[in-house]
Amino acid sequence: MIKNISNLGDAALYCDFGTEVNKEVNNKVIRYFKSIQKENIDGINNLTPSYNKLIVSFDLRKKNFQTIKKLIENLNVINDDKLESNNIKIPVCCDEKFSLDIKRLEEKLKITRNKIYEKFFNKEFFCYMTGFIAGMPFLGDLETELRAKRLETPRVKVPKGSVGLTEQFANVYTFESPGGWNIIGNTPSVIFDSSKENNPNLINPGDTVTFEQITKDQYNNYNE
Amino acid sequence: MNKNYFEIKRAGINTTFQDQGRSNLYHIGIPFSGAMDNRNFQISNKLVGNETNSPVIEFAYQGPLLKYFGDDIKCTITGDVKFIIRKNDNDIEGNCYQSFTLGNGDEIDIISTNKSVYGYLAISGEFNLEYQWSSCSINTKANIGSNNGKRIEDTQKIYISKINKDLNDKKLNYINTKIEKIRVIKGTNFNYFSEEGKNIFFDKEFVVSKLSDRMGMRLDGPKIENIVDTNIKSEGLIKGVIQVPADGNPIIMLSDHGTIGGYPKIGVVITADYDKLVQLTPGSKIKFQEVELSSAETLFKLYDLETQNLISQI
Repeated sequence: MIKNISNLGDAALYCDFGTEVNKEVNNKVIRYFKSIQKENIDGINNLTPSYNKLIVSFDLRKKNFQTIKKLIENLNVINDDKLESNNIKIPVCCDEKFSLDIKRLEEKLKITRNKIYEKFFNKEFFCYMTGFIAGMPFLGDLETELRAKRLETPRVKVPKGSVGLTEQFANVYTFESPGGWNIIGNTPSVIFDSSKENNPNLINPGDTVTFEQITKDQYNNYNE
Repeated sequence: MNKNYFEIKRAGINTTFQDQGRSNLYHIGIPFSGAMDNRNFQISNKLVGNETNSPVIEFAYQGPLLKYFGDDIKCTITGDVKFIIRKNDNDIEGNCYQSFTLGNGDEIDIISTNKSVYGYLAISGEFNLEYQWSSCSINTKANIGSNNGKRIEDTQKIYISKINKDLNDKKLNYINTKIEKIRVIKGTNFNYFSEEGKNIFFDKEFVVSKLSDRMGMRLDGPKIENIVDTNIKSEGLIKGVIQVPADGNPIIMLSDHGTIGGYPKIGVVITADYDKLVQLTPGSKIKFQEVELSSAETLFKLYDLETQNLISQI
């Protein structure tokens, strides 16, 4: 199922599942990721699943590329039906002070903000991966009408909780961070909680996510 | 229990607690973090009789000025560091790689690292620290680790929960060497770059930019031309990956890097050269040299053996 395994530097394996980005390919990545995690192999010190790649990092004191490659090639990969998936609802307020790039999107996409929000809030998203900053979910897929490029000049600071769009994806900024996504709203929901060590991420790869529009009052009085 | 402590009279530029870092969290967006220069980190602990992965104070460029209150304690500083031990207003020039005793009211003034970035202060005992995912390492970007995930600040106190007594003074003869050639393995997107771009990468000199920190090291130099696509579908990153964004200037991922990135990977710094790479100050000139995977593995074995030898001499 892995198309090609190569080395990324001297202490990581680069598993290539192809160039396409879709649920089927990502599902294979997640199955491999969970299968390796389950095996608890001594010396593997990190796994990074993404849309269509899986990186396996290891401790060079304990393992090397060839030994890890063999382990991955002979791995027992878990079946589709054993993959857990949750549906998560995320409240989003699109008040003017939060929807920093809605005007830009209206101009770029040539559709009204009402239409943008209608399409966005009626969509069930799929979480392909989490990362870049702690807990940030990469969610797909946006309809073609909503696909826009990143800002030409990224913001130095995107506020925490910002909900952004770029190309076929949506995301949520779990921390204040530099970034170039088109921001359309903000969520009061805690997406990453480092005090929950066993499960710090509200959204995990394979989960589905729907966004629900809330008013400014609901945002200000939000209680989890 | 908290009668032994340091008072921070000057925090320094980027002073944090670090240990070996945290693993198996890339998939939720959390990098290793941990001490940048792993060799100097381990040596500092051994010099004060600790386990080599015990928490230490890491500082960059200008270090902290700490005043100590409590029972006598052994300390040491590793790296290439200029510091002063102040006892009753007497200044004593400090020497790296040897332990010294601090008494009540004494101060350590870590003035600066010499032609290097990071240095380490270890104590014979334990700091009173919170752990997250089995590590105290401070990741200021995600506010994870001890000290609420924030760098150490002026006027705060650092409590010591345990002091190991009866420790003999220890010393190591060691001089940090600087490297100018960084050895790299070709990256997964090496062929995204023009023939000229590839040649530039391995032949020309690059300069470490001021925009470098625990997350990454930016380099200035001749532009590396991309002929395929200046973006890739976002995918995982690891320590040492060299990405080249659209502007053609390479960025090397360091210990606190973002876990996912969308720029083409031209190369990856070999593990054996990482400790020395992170010590390069802004303005340093470097060149990249290509090595094969098998050589990189051998070079790491040698480097690790050398580190273990140094530790066993203490």
